[in-house]
Parts: sequence; structure tokens; C-alpha cells
Amino acid sequence: MLSVVGKVYRVSGPVVEAEDVKSLRMLDMVEVGQEHLVGEVVRLKAERAYIQVYEDTTTLKAGDLIYTEGYPLYVELGPGLLGNFYDGIQRPLETIKEKDGFFIRRGVHIPALDRNKKWHFKPIVGKDAAVKGGQIIGEVFETALIIHKIMLFPELQGKISWIAPEGDYTLDEKIAVVENGQKYDVFMYQRWPVRKSRPTRNRLAINEPLITGQRVIDTLFPVGKGGCVAVPGGFGTGKTVIQHQLAKWSDAQIVIYVGCGERGNEMTDILLNFPKLIDPRTKRPLMERTIFIANTSNMPVAAREASIYTGITLAEYYRDMGYHVALMADSTSRWAEALRELSGRLEEMPLEEGFPAYLSSRLAEFYERAGNFKTLNGDSGSITVIASVSPPGGDFSEPVTSHTKRFIRCFWALDRDLANARHYPSISWIDSYSEYLEDIKGWWHSNISPNWLAFRYRIMELLQKEQRLLQVIKLVGPDVLPQRQRLVIEICSIFKNTFLQQSAFDDIDTFSSARKQFLLLTNILNFYDRCDELIKKGLNISEIKSTSAYQEIMRMRHKYSENNLEELEKLSRTIDESLKELEL
Amino acid sequence: MQNYKAREYVGLEEIVGPIFFIRNIHNVGYNELVEIVDETGKSRLGVTLEVGKGYAVVEILEGTSGLSLNNSRVRFREQPLTLGVSEDVLGRIFDGKGNPLDGMPKPLCDKMLDVNGLAINPTARDYPKNIIETGISAIDVMNTLVRGQKLPIFSGSGLPHDLIATQIACQARVEGEGFCVVFAAMGVKYDTVRFFIKTFEDSGVLERVAMFLSLADSPSIERTMTPRLALTAAEYLAFTKNMHVLVIMTDMSNYCEALREVSTIRGEIPARKGYPGYLYSDLASLYERAGMIKNVKGSITQIPILTMPNDDITHPIPDLTGYITEGQIVLEREMYSRGIYPPIAGLPSLSRLMKDNVGKGFTREDHPALASQLFSCYARVKDIRALASIIGEEELAPLDLLYLKFGDEFERKFLSQGYHERRTLEEGLDLGWDVISILPKEELVRIKDEFIAEHYKKR
Repeated sequence: MLSVVGKVYRVSGPVVEAEDVKSLRMLDMVEVGQEHLVGEVVRLKAERAYIQVYEDTTTLKAGDLIYTEGYPLYVELGPGLLGNFYDGIQRPLETIKEKDGFFIRRGVHIPALDRNKKWHFKPIVGKDAAVKGGQIIGEVFETALIIHKIMLFPELQGKISWIAPEGDYTLDEKIAVVENGQKYDVFMYQRWPVRKSRPTRNRLAINEPLITGQRVIDTLFPVGKGGCVAVPGGFGTGKTVIQHQLAKWSDAQIVIYVGCGERGNEMTDILLNFPKLIDPRTKRPLMERTIFIANTSNMPVAAREASIYTGITLAEYYRDMGYHVALMADSTSRWAEALRELSGRLEEMPLEEGFPAYLSSRLAEFYERAGNFKTLNGDSGSITVIASVSPPGGDFSEPVTSHTKRFIRCFWALDRDLANARHYPSISWIDSYSEYLEDIKGWWHSNISPNWLAFRYRIMELLQKEQRLLQVIKLVGPDVLPQRQRLVIEICSIFKNTFLQQSAFDDIDTFSSARKQFLLLTNILNFYDRCDELIKKGLNISEIKSTSAYQEIMRMRHKYSENNLEELEKLSRTIDESLKELEL
Repeated sequence: MQNYKAREYVGLEEIVGPIFFIRNIHNVGYNELVEIVDETGKSRLGVTLEVGKGYAVVEILEGTSGLSLNNSRVRFREQPLTLGVSEDVLGRIFDGKGNPLDGMPKPLCDKMLDVNGLAINPTARDYPKNIIETGISAIDVMNTLVRGQKLPIFSGSGLPHDLIATQIACQARVEGEGFCVVFAAMGVKYDTVRFFIKTFEDSGVLERVAMFLSLADSPSIERTMTPRLALTAAEYLAFTKNMHVLVIMTDMSNYCEALREVSTIRGEIPARKGYPGYLYSDLASLYERAGMIKNVKGSITQIPILTMPNDDITHPIPDLTGYITEGQIVLEREMYSRGIYPPIAGLPSLSRLMKDNVGKGFTREDHPALASQLFSCYARVKDIRALASIIGEEELAPLDLLYLKFGDEFERKFLSQGYHERRTLEEGLDLGWDVISILPKEELVRIKDEFIAEHYKKR
């Protein structure tokens, strides 16, 4: 029920000051003016309230009325989320388009979940069962990929006094009644305030990698399921392509993609391409496991601030069902800028570069909502956060990047020089790091090979060595180096060309399984060892470059698809034989 | 414009720069149009920047000189700033506020549109497709421009950005039906504007151009409105009249300066280098008005021009622009001083939409691989040049010398071309193969063998 709680006193951009305020609480959701623009209370002072409005405030006047339902800003959680496109405060963009045409008008009020659609509900608890918060009481086939588990509201417990039989229901029909002195109707959806994290039983250690199919990530700087990664890079270094690649190929069960203050055309790209993409593991359209939140740069700034929270709340909901969720946030800098803009309008004291003092604590709160958890139902589920950061001028010492670094354990630094040379993904092997190596090595060692970590350190060592040698070359030229050191440079160049570089737009190259990655790496290291032996025996490096083995190595990433990895495994023998000829 | 309720107030509270405060008013909305009549009866337009109970803060587009506190009359129009649009805006020249400058009457208007525009629903957008052949190889082959794209030119003072922009506007005209140009000038000198008018005239496109000119001597505040007027006209032409509109905006740096000026006067908390914290959102509200919409034939392609202060690409204006636009064409002073036109820097330039619009089914099949190979070889050239400047060219390996030769020919033959020279994409690609064939085949690791067999030229 909407009731009037105050009047507009002052309007400055997205911030509205209200007077004669009664019975408003912090973070309550309000509707402002004749068009019922959605807003949120961000500061209370005597009879005044400061409201950040999620829509354009043009033509709002002093004296306009303010209404509230008395709830904080919430999202709706239930079947129908997957495959949907929402704005920052969970309004369904497709439905808005059908209703309103191609521009987004103000004051649109459409429920996030379709109330008319019927879902097939199957109960899994019986009448009289004792149930507690977060327990799964039924299932709905949301998409062919994902079974949507209907959970009890986390704070509710009691006894099931009635549960609906298996059948088709809309979201407005109740499916169970829980009694604990009082009667509570249970529906297939629930509401949850976006700024509050959903409860779990406890946290678990991270022990499994998120396989992304991107070689430089999985092999050199892997992230665990439940981990946090920051991807900082100046413009044009390929942040968004990496985010898209991960949304497409990572082995999370649910992907939530938050386009936060970025380009409209990027969201369009996703919208047009995702429905065509098929998950290589399940052979189902990727749309069936993905939710999009699009608050592009020209959409209202306050909703941009909210979009990150909307995204992570949806992620928590699916985690509670026991799924592994990956959340891509592109870009958290735009979110931080929205904080800055709103803070400026509230006339708060600014710190570095105008950012508010609470920037760091807001970032910390957000990243702590990621992790590997035991859910209230007793399953394990995780949220992995992959957040891109857009540092002004590509300077990693700016506040958002430096604060973010304190709360993440994996860092993929994008390098301008690599991007300029069209080396993609332009993840720098010098500046990036991952603290998850030890956590997840067990998975690699038992699933792929016990040599994995050792090989990974070996190639990293070669890359470090190359870095030093390149500095020498810069001063004196390559010819003075001894042959063995020139081989290191040659091997690193092979590694960069055939392993680190990966084309997102090539059908074979766009995804490499863990096994293919390991085979490629093994072949390169093996080639290095053989060549090193030959060079010790006096062979010249130029002779190696003219062998067929060299050509084979250079072309192997394109040549062997996931279906003929056996042949890739045999390649090392072919290479050994072809190099033996040089010995004679 | 006649249908407004005239409520008139007399007397202002305070005037600072282009902004005034007024009290004892009521029922005034945020971001609405205001008309101020001074002592002599001359009227000016303004917009409310902030409204509160009984007061408003108004910014005046025409400046405040000659306004007095006691004898100014203020009318609130109760609507946002609007622009009357119709197809008749083509061939016309307007000032920065939308009044005709060419001595003719205001064009008849079909619709009055809010100049602030509305955000396009991301699900209604269509992904930019169909390349625009600009006739400049450095753009067509290396940084392809696509219909619906926003591709800025990052330039510096004294560099030929105006030449390149006009060359694109004039040469791209042959592409498709219903092509037109909307030109917005913010704070540029009259000479520059005259150059644009004359070039459009000479090449016979002037009747397809609508110009909005806020010259260097007009009040800086007017500049914050000019691009919005231009884009409103462009949106009408593209999405109502189904035309392919090319919007050229010059110089975005002046626009940002004006924004900073207003922000400072209002006493807002600055972010970087004194620019307001909302500079990104504000620029996005302009740049994001480019694009295409599903089931609508027209499109808006934007070429904003900005001069980087001190040639510094990390300055907030180019930096934030680069984060919003789909790539950038960067001009390089060092190349221009060596006499290379267009001096489009090989490495920092980028077109993000190129990947989805070139290659098989779009342009020639070898296009993406060739472009990528040219980029990577040219990056190597830069490294070798740096090395050569230390150890001398004589000390370089034979392969490195070949790279240097490639670098020279790439710049002299491929990048460089005449102002009136229109090279087709096909010619550009062949030229690209010409220069890359200086290098041995083994160096071309990014190109598939079949393309090498087909196009590689034996020397």
C-alpha cells in the first residue's frame, strides 16, 4: 500500500531532498512526484530525507508528493529470472520495450517476474514435514539446464500444513502453507532487499578452479570457484571481451552479467549473440543459464549504483539452491563513479579524486559476498566475482584499483602495449597474480596431470628470464647473446604466439579445455628441452626455426580441436623424431 | 513555442557568471526552460540547474552581461528545452541555440523534441553493421568505421583533424541512400567553421548538411547545449526519417571546458583536474545517442573530434571519451611533421566494432588477419627503431632491417594518401599485401596459409 510520507523540498540532479517527512526509514524505497519515479532514502535528518532517484528528475518540482510502501529496495527472486534482461533496479527491459517502444520513458512500473506464466511445480516435502529457513520444498524446471529450487524464506520455519500437488501454477498462486503459531502462505517467488546478503550456514574453503577455457587464465593465473578477480585495464585493452569470453565459456552453472555504466552496443552484442551460443559441455543455449543486468552509461546514475547489488543478490539466490554462480561486473569503476557523483550531490566530504570516504568499505562489503558456502539447505554453492576496473589513464594507483586490490586474491592486469600489438587477451604475465594456485592445484593434479604446477612455474620462470634478456637486447641488440639465451627468447615468443594469445573470434581457438591447455604447454616445454640439448651440442638456432617441428608447434593451437586431442598428445613424439634428424 | 503559460517574476537574488539565483517563486521544475527579459527588452534562454522550495538556480545560455538584479523579468516555461525538427533543417545553418544564422526564417517544424533525449533501451538497439567505406586506408583496412558507431578523432592543436573529418564526410557520401551530415561546432574559431562550410559546398553536399555553430566568441555556456540540439536533430532524421546520419562534433574539449566552468561556479566538488564527477555520465549522454535501432532503417554514426590538451591521452577528456566510444582514431604529431597525411597513429588507434564487420561475408576474407598482422609487425618496427637509435642501424640483424624497410613503406605508401584520393577497401587491402610482402612468409604467423598462398607477393 502506497502512503504519502513527505514533499519534495529541493531537486539537484538525481538527488531529491524531502521535507515534512514522517515514518521513513533508511534505505526505504520511495516513489517521487506525479510520475512515481523510484528512489531510495539515503540520509535522514530531523524532518528531512535525502533520496537518490533512479530515474531522470527533469520537471520534478518542489512540493511534489513522495510515497512509500515501507519496504527497502528489493528484488524479486523466483522462476523466470534466467535468460532475462533487467535494468539496474530489476525492471525487465524486453517487456518495457514491448510496452513503450525503443526509448526508455520514466516512471515505468512492471514487475520483474511474469505473473501470467505458469510454471510446473513439483513438491519434494510432504504435508506435516518440519521445515526451516532456506530448505528446498519443491522444484520447477526453469530451463532445460537449470532446475529452479523453491526455497523457504530464510527467516521462516515451522510445519508444512498444506502443500500444492504437482502441477502448473502462476507466481501469484500459493504453493504451500507453513504454520508456526501463525499461518504463512508460501509462493514460488520471494522478495529480498538488495543491500543485505542472504544468510548461509558457513563458508567453505576454495578447492576447485573456475575453468574458463582461456589459456592464460586457467594455466597461469587461475581463479577458484568462490574467488574474486579484478581485471583492470585502460580503454581498448580488452576488458569487455574477456568478460564476454568468461560469460560464454566458464564452467559456472549460472552466469550473471552486470553491464554497469558501459556501452549500449556491448549489451546489444550480447543480446544478439548469446541466444546463438551453445554451451560446449551441456549442448544447450547459453541463455538458459544467464541473467543480464544492463544499466548502460546513459541510463540514470543512481540505478547504476544499485545494479551491482541487484546482480549479487540474484547470484546469492541461485547459490542458495546449491549452484556455482559466476558474476561478471563490467565495470566497477563506473559503479564507484556513481557513488562519487551521488556523494557529491549530498555534499559529503570528498577524499582522493573526489571519491567518498566509504568507497573502500563499500567495495569490501561487495567482494565479501563472494565465496564458497554451505547453504542453509546443506548443499555447497559458490559465487565467483569477476570485476573489471577502468582506471583513468590506465593508472593502477588510482583509488578504485588500489582499494579493490585489497579485497581480491587474483589480479589480471591488462597491458596497453600488448593490446596495441593486438596481443589478446592482453593479460600481462609480469603484473598479474593469482593466490589461488595452491588452493586449486589438487584439482589439476588429480584430473589432468600431477606435473601441472611444476610446468606452470617452469614456463613462468622462462618468461621472467626473457624479460631480463629483452632489457639486455634493448641495449646491445640480440646478436651478442649466447645461443641458449636466444633460445629462451625464441621459446617465449612461441609461447606467446601459440599459448598466451587466444582469438575470441576463432571457432577452434575461442575455448581450450584444461586438457588441451596442458598438452599445448607440455609440447612447448618438451620442444624447449630438446632444442636446448641440441644447442648444447653446437646447433645454431636458425636451423631449428626451419624445421617442420617448429612449424607444427606454431600452428598447433588452431590445428587441433577438442575432438582430436589424442593427436595433439602424439605431437610431442613427432617433434622428437623430426628434431633427431638435426642431430645427424 | 507559443503554448506556454507565462508566469512572470521580476527581480533576481544573485548573479554569478552565467548563473543566477531567484527567490519567491513556486511550481518550477528541475531542468526546465526559463526565459529572461532584460531592461532593454531583449530576451535570453536558460535552464534550471536546481530547484527548491521557493527558489531556483538558473543557467543562462546567452551569458549574463547586461542583466540587472532588479529589472530583469523571468518567465518559467514549465517544459524542458525543446528543438523544432523537420527535414528542412538540412541545408541550414543555426547558431548554438538553434536560431537560424543564414538569414532565412526558422524552418517549419514537424515535432518539438526535448533536447536531452531519452536513453535507448539496450534491448531495442541493433548491433552496428555495414561498414562505411571512408576511402582512407588507415581507417578502412586497419580501423574500420561501421554504421552506428561512435569513433572519435583524438587530435592535438595544429593537427589535421578537420581535414580528415571532412574527407570522411565527403568521401563516405556515396554509400547508401539518404545520407546526411549533422555538424556541431563548439567554441571553434570562425576560420575553422568556414573551412567546413566551404568544403561541404565545394563537394556539393551542403544541402545534405545541418550545421549548429557555437563559435569561440559565443558564451561558453551555450556550448553545453549545442551538441544536444545537433543530436536531437540527428535522432529525428535517423529514427523518424530513416536517414543515415553522420554527426561530426568539434571540439569536445571545449564542451568539457564549458561544463567545468559551470560546475565550478555552482560550487560542486570536483573530481580529476577540476572536471565534475559526472563528466563520464554527461559525455555518455551525448555519445550513447549514436547507434541503430531494430526495425528502423536509419542510423547515427558519430565522429567527435577532440584536441588532447598537451597531446596527453591520459587527460580526463580523451580518457573518459575512450571509455565510452567504440574505439578511437589517434593522430600523431611526429608522423605529421614528417609529412605523412593522414597521420593516423598505427598502434593506439582502434575500432572496436571492426571484428564483427570484416572478413568472410562482410569484406574480403583475408581482411581481419591482414589487419592484425600489419598491427603486430608495425609494433615490432617501433621496437626495432628504438633499438636502432641506440646501437645504430648497421648493427641490426638482416631481418630487423627488413622490418625497418617494411615500416617505412607502410607509412609512406599505405598510411599516407592524398586529401582528394579515394582508395577503395579492395585497393587498400592489396596495398597492405604489397607492403607486408617485404617480410618473409615465416614472419606472418597471424595469417592462415591459404591467404598467404593467394595474396603474398613475391619480391
